[in-house]
Amino acid sequence: MELRIDPSVVAACRALAARIARPVEEFIAGHSTVAVERSVLRLLGVDGVNGEEIPLPNLIVDSLSPEQRGRGVALAFGRALAETGMEPAALAAEIGAGRTELAAYAATPVAAARGALAPYVERALAHIAARREERRAALERTPQGEPPLLYVIVASGNIYEDRTAAVAAAEAGAQIIAVIRSTGQSLLDFVPYGPTTEGFGGTYATQANFAIMREALDAIGEKLGRYIMLTNYASGLCMPEIASMAAIERLDMLLNDSMYGILFRDINMKRTFVDQHFSRMLNAYSGIIINTGEDNYLTTADAVEQAPAVLASQFINEEFAHRAGMPDTQIGLGDAYEIDPALQDGFLYQVAQAQLARQVFPEAPLKYMPPTKHMTGDIFKGHLIDAMFNLTSVMTKQTIHLCGMLTEAIHTPFLGDRALAIENARYVMNTARHFGDEISFKPNGIIETRAREVLSDCRDLLEKVEKRGLMDSIAVGVFADVKRPPDGGRGYDGVFARDEGYYNPFEEALRA
Amino acid sequence: MSAEQSGLVKPYGDTLNDGKVQLSFTLPIEWSEAADEAARQLVAKMGFADVQVVEGRRIATGFSFFVVYGSTTQSIDASNIAAPSAKAHAMSMEEIDALLRDKLGRKVRVAGACIGTDAHTVGIDAILNMKGYKGDYGLERYQMFETFNLGSQVAVEEFVRIAKERRIDALLASQVVTQKGSDVKNFTALVELLEAEDLRDQVVLICGGPRVTNLMAAEMGYDAGFGRGTLPSEVAGFIATRLSERVEKARGQR
Repeated sequence: MELRIDPSVVAACRALAARIARPVEEFIAGHSTVAVERSVLRLLGVDGVNGEEIPLPNLIVDSLSPEQRGRGVALAFGRALAETGMEPAALAAEIGAGRTELAAYAATPVAAARGALAPYVERALAHIAARREERRAALERTPQGEPPLLYVIVASGNIYEDRTAAVAAAEAGAQIIAVIRSTGQSLLDFVPYGPTTEGFGGTYATQANFAIMREALDAIGEKLGRYIMLTNYASGLCMPEIASMAAIERLDMLLNDSMYGILFRDINMKRTFVDQHFSRMLNAYSGIIINTGEDNYLTTADAVEQAPAVLASQFINEEFAHRAGMPDTQIGLGDAYEIDPALQDGFLYQVAQAQLARQVFPEAPLKYMPPTKHMTGDIFKGHLIDAMFNLTSVMTKQTIHLCGMLTEAIHTPFLGDRALAIENARYVMNTARHFGDEISFKPNGIIETRAREVLSDCRDLLEKVEKRGLMDSIAVGVFADVKRPPDGGRGYDGVFARDEGYYNPFEEALRA
Repeated sequence: MSAEQSGLVKPYGDTLNDGKVQLSFTLPIEWSEAADEAARQLVAKMGFADVQVVEGRRIATGFSFFVVYGSTTQSIDASNIAAPSAKAHAMSMEEIDALLRDKLGRKVRVAGACIGTDAHTVGIDAILNMKGYKGDYGLERYQMFETFNLGSQVAVEEFVRIAKERRIDALLASQVVTQKGSDVKNFTALVELLEAEDLRDQVVLICGGPRVTNLMAAEMGYDAGFGRGTLPSEVAGFIATRLSERVEKARGQR
C-alpha cells in the first residue's frame, strides 16, 4: 500500500525546513533561559524546596546577578563547589537555608569551577546512560509488542489513583501510559516538588510522581512480560527541567514540540526555541522518544484545511530535532484523526494524511492522536468513530497510538472507559492486522490525489515561511491562524543572551 | 388511561411503558459469577425490576465491568417540566447586526475567555473566531460586535479587570474541564467578583461549555448558559436581544 508521491517535493520540503531552522538555530546558540539553567542544576543533583516551598533550582538561578547569569549558573555554582568542597545537593540546601550565597565565591578561577563540576557532570551522564541501558535491557527481556503501540492517559489528579489506573490499563493491554498534567502546569515557571494528590484535569509532573509511576509500571511490566512505557510532558515553561527529570527517572517518551507552546499556550517564542533545543539534546542522550503536537492544529481549526500545516510542522519539528542530535527513531511526529465525521469520504482523507506521514517519515515512530473535536456525548457514535481511527492507524502502520475514549467529550477517562477503548483497538488491529499489506491505492484516486495536494500545499506553505522567517511567520499568524509577537508571551523575561565565557557543561558534553 | 393522557412517561424499549434502561459500570471486585450476581443485586437495589446482567467480565486485577438491563418502575410527567432555552432568539447574522444598529446604535463589546486554569479554548474559539462553527460565523465576523478573545487560563480577577477597563457589554466565560466541580467554582467566583465590583448588572453574563445548561447558568446567577453544539448566532442573538430589551426598558423608565 504505497502512495505514488513525488520524492523531489519531499526533498524540497526538507531543504526548506533546514533553511527555516538555520536562523533560529543561530539565535538559540547565542541565548539561554532560566529553565535551561535550572535544568543544569537539577542534573548536577540539586533538588528539593526551601521553607517557603520554593524549588532550590529556582531559588539559586533567581539569585544570580545579571553578570553571573550571562555566563551560566554552572560557573557560579561550580565556584562554590570548589571553595566549599560540598556535594551539589548539600550546597544547594545551604543556599536554600540562607547560610551561604553564590556571590561569595565570585573570585574563584574558572578552571577551579570547571574542575569541581566535572565529577558531578560525569555522574549525571553516567546515571542517565545507565537508565537508558536499563530500558534497552528491559525491552529485550520483555518486549513491548508490535506497533501501533496502545497509549492511554491517566489523569485523576492523584498520583496514587493514577497508579491504580495505569496498572489496570497495562493489564488490559496498554503498552504506553501517559500521565496528563494538571491544567495550568505548563504556565508555571517552576516544577512542583514531591508526590501530589491534588490536580485539575491531570496530575502535576514532579520527580517524585515520575518515580512512583516508573516503579509501578516496571513491576506490572515484569509480571506481564511486557515493558510498559511511561510518558509525560516536556512542554511549557519548564521544558528542559522536565526533560532532565525524565532522563533521571527513565521516562520513555515526552511530549515535546518546537512550536506548540508558542501557538497554543502563548509562551514566548524565543523562550520556547531555546528551551526545546536543550530539552531535545537531553532527550537524544536519554533515549527518550519525543511526541510532537501537530494534533493541536486540527483541534483548533478545520482538519481538512490544516493538513498542509500539519505536514509543514512535522518537517520543522524533524529539522529542529535533528539539529539537537535526535535520530529519526526518537522523533514521534504527531497527527490526528480529526476530520468532521459528517464529511463524505472523510475516512479517505484521513488515510491519505496518515499514509503520507508514514511514507515521508519512514523511520519516525509516528504518534497518532484520536478524534476529540467531533466527539459528543453520544458515546455509541464515539466508539464507532474511534474504531475507524483504529483501522486507519493499523492500515497505515502508525507507531504510537493514543487510544480514543468513547467518553472523550464528557470526562477524564473512567477505568472502564479505558478498558473499552483498549478492547476496541485490539479488536480492530487484530482483525485488520495485515490489511494495509494486501491492498493498493487506486492510481490517481481520491486518496492519492489528496496526498499529493497536501504535500504540494505543504511545500508552498514552507516556502512562505522560509521567505518571511519562522519568527515573523508566527508573528503574522501563518500557523493555526494564531499570531504571536517575538517579544510577547509568557516567559520572555527568562530569556537572556550568553555572554563571552558562557558555560553549560552538559551542553558541551552532549555536543562532543 | 394511556401514558399519553396522564402525561406520565417511562423509558421505551420496544413496548410502551416497558421502562427498559441500559446501564454499564465497573465494580472494584475480581470477576466471578458471584460478581455478576452482585451487579444484578446492586441494580435491583437502585429500584430496577427484571434486572439482567448481559455482560460481566474482568477488565483488570480487582475490577469487573458490567452491562445491565432493567425496567424502571418510575415514570415522569414530562409535560410539566420546563427548561427555558437560551437559544430561543434565532436570528441570522444580518438580523442581529440590524437589531443592534437599530436599538443600540453602537458596537457591542464582547469579551470571552477560558477562566481559571482551563486551557481548552475550543468552545470560546468556536463562538468568537471569525470562522465560527458548523458554517455559522463567529462573533468577530459581525459588524456590530467588537470582540476580545482573551484565550485560555484567564484568572477571574483579570477577566473582571478587563471588563471594567474596556467597558465590556457582554462577558462569555468558558469551562471545558469539569473535574471535581472546578467549572462551577470558577463560574461562581466570576459572578461573585462582578457583584463585589458592582458590575454584575452592567454586563450580559454568559457561561458556556460542554456540560453547561441554561438551568445551571440561571442557578449560578448568569443571564444564560450554552452547552454542546451551540452556534455562534445563538449566543449573538441572545446578547442582542437582551441588550435591546435593556435599552427598551431604560427608555420606558424615562
